Amino acid sequence: MAETIATQTLATQTLATETLATETLRARVRWSVRSWLLIAGMWTRAIMSYRASFVLMLIANLATTSLDFVVVVLMFQHTHQLGGWTLPELGFLYGTSAFALGMANLFVGSIDALGDRIRSGTLDTVLIRPAPALAQLCAERFSLRRLGRPVQAVAVLVWSLGAVQVHWTADRVLLVPVLLISGTVIFSAVFIGGATLQFWWGEAKELQNSFTYGGATLLHYPPTVFAKELVAGVVFGVPLAFVNWLPALHILGKPDPLGLPTAFQYASPLAAALCVLAAGYAWRAGLRAYRGTGS
Amino acid sequence: MAAMPQIEPHWRDSWATARLYLAVAQGAFRRYSTYRAATFAGAFTNTVFGFILAYTFLALWQARPGLGGYDTSQAVTYIWISQSLLVTVAVWGGGFQDDVQERFRTGDIAVDLYRPVDFQGWWLATDLGRAGYHLLARGVVPTLAGVLVFHTHLPHSPYVWMAFLVSVLLAVVVSFGLRFLVSLTGFWLHDSEGIRSVMLVVAMFFSGMLLPISLFPGLLGRIAPVLPWAALIQVPTDVFLERRTGGALLTGLAFQIVWAVVLLAAGRAAQLLATRKVVVQGG
Repeated sequence: MAETIATQTLATQTLATETLATETLRARVRWSVRSWLLIAGMWTRAIMSYRASFVLMLIANLATTSLDFVVVVLMFQHTHQLGGWTLPELGFLYGTSAFALGMANLFVGSIDALGDRIRSGTLDTVLIRPAPALAQLCAERFSLRRLGRPVQAVAVLVWSLGAVQVHWTADRVLLVPVLLISGTVIFSAVFIGGATLQFWWGEAKELQNSFTYGGATLLHYPPTVFAKELVAGVVFGVPLAFVNWLPALHILGKPDPLGLPTAFQYASPLAAALCVLAAGYAWRAGLRAYRGTGS
Repeated sequence: MAAMPQIEPHWRDSWATARLYLAVAQGAFRRYSTYRAATFAGAFTNTVFGFILAYTFLALWQARPGLGGYDTSQAVTYIWISQSLLVTVAVWGGGFQDDVQERFRTGDIAVDLYRPVDFQGWWLATDLGRAGYHLLARGVVPTLAGVLVFHTHLPHSPYVWMAFLVSVLLAVVVSFGLRFLVSLTGFWLHDSEGIRSVMLVVAMFFSGMLLPISLFPGLLGRIAPVLPWAALIQVPTDVFLERRTGGALLTGLAFQIVWAVVLLAAGRAAQLLATRKVVVQGG
């Protein structure tokens, strides 16, 4: 522990020398990413000193997060379609949604401890360090064991890509990596936007689970399964439909239950950009509203 | 109270003990009821999951009506009742487990052992108090939401509701028995976090939380109904859905009682072994 604190101090000192060069947006982003990497690296070294425990936790994480797909497979023991979609097609939805959620959780998931930090007063410590608060909070307690979810998601996705009946055109192939990246960005924004609520409502930690974990569960299943109001809610409200539903309609050649213009199926990067803007704005507003107790 | 002086001394002791555990349970109930916003956030999350999963079950039962012996309204109700029970019977673990784990870390566990109250009984009482609060606070909202929006199956007879409540009580005791054993591994392993995460996977799957056990294929479908986790979600939910009536109701409750007794006895034995191991380092 003493060692980690020492490393941390060293890391923040290195950062302090760079604080002057933060006027341009590009430099600010680079500084945030660098802070994140330094802190995440520090936590990784700390966790790796208990290697056996780490391996066990990674395996447990892999097993826990796989359960959702086990349920889907068990459902398909009793039917060959769900809402008009086949098992490999559900595998595509599951793989993309779980990958995006898993990567977002790996990168920024720790932000959900914000309420605890406000309650215990340790947020003040974060704010006086010469590194961006958001980057620090996202990298706090960074753990590679969270790789469990994206790893099993990739396995399901690879299987599904081999098993689905798709005529692979260039735009369809290109859309797969685009949706994986956009999806990760959208879920990251939802994590941060949800955590921001804790500035006003410290106990609301579990509320954001509805949108992150609940949202990912929603996206495991085809949109045809759900009421149209619910589908419309995740297109125009919290835009989770852009994570995988809308691009998947194009990739897998499925009819859109809402009958939206086809442009929506390509719009994931735009939706991701809007999410980042909204989350960033919410974060700034939250940080401005925060008042330390001074203790 | 007024009748107390006439009671035999032996019974007076039992009465005092019962009142003590009741006070402990009430304390736990009040403690959990302090966090209102957290409770609301939790109930909201259970409701959101209820909506999502209810639609997936609707789709499955649309493809296969009557699957597993559930009609469509029973299948949808299954989701809402299991979401309502998730935190009450602590399928994820937690409740007293978090407290005990923290006390292992701080060493306060030694204080618990020389209290003039039984260690297992104390924690069981707190967990029953917690479960009582969670049943009201995190059970009612999802159930109401489900009943309002979906075509659900509600029991008409008050006896079914009573049997359901008894079954939930037994489910909490079985769940306590399992979690108590997990917590006690802390005496040997110092940290039961790893075992807890493994138990979470097993409990989520074998309790019927994700899918009714009657839908499990082959060998899984044969062993899952006799494992203790079936007592957590599957049995109380089947009681609610009136799939267990008459003789089946009695065997269901008896199944829960047997596991409760076996697990509590195992916990008691483990506790005896553990207390011999503890070395209190004064100061």
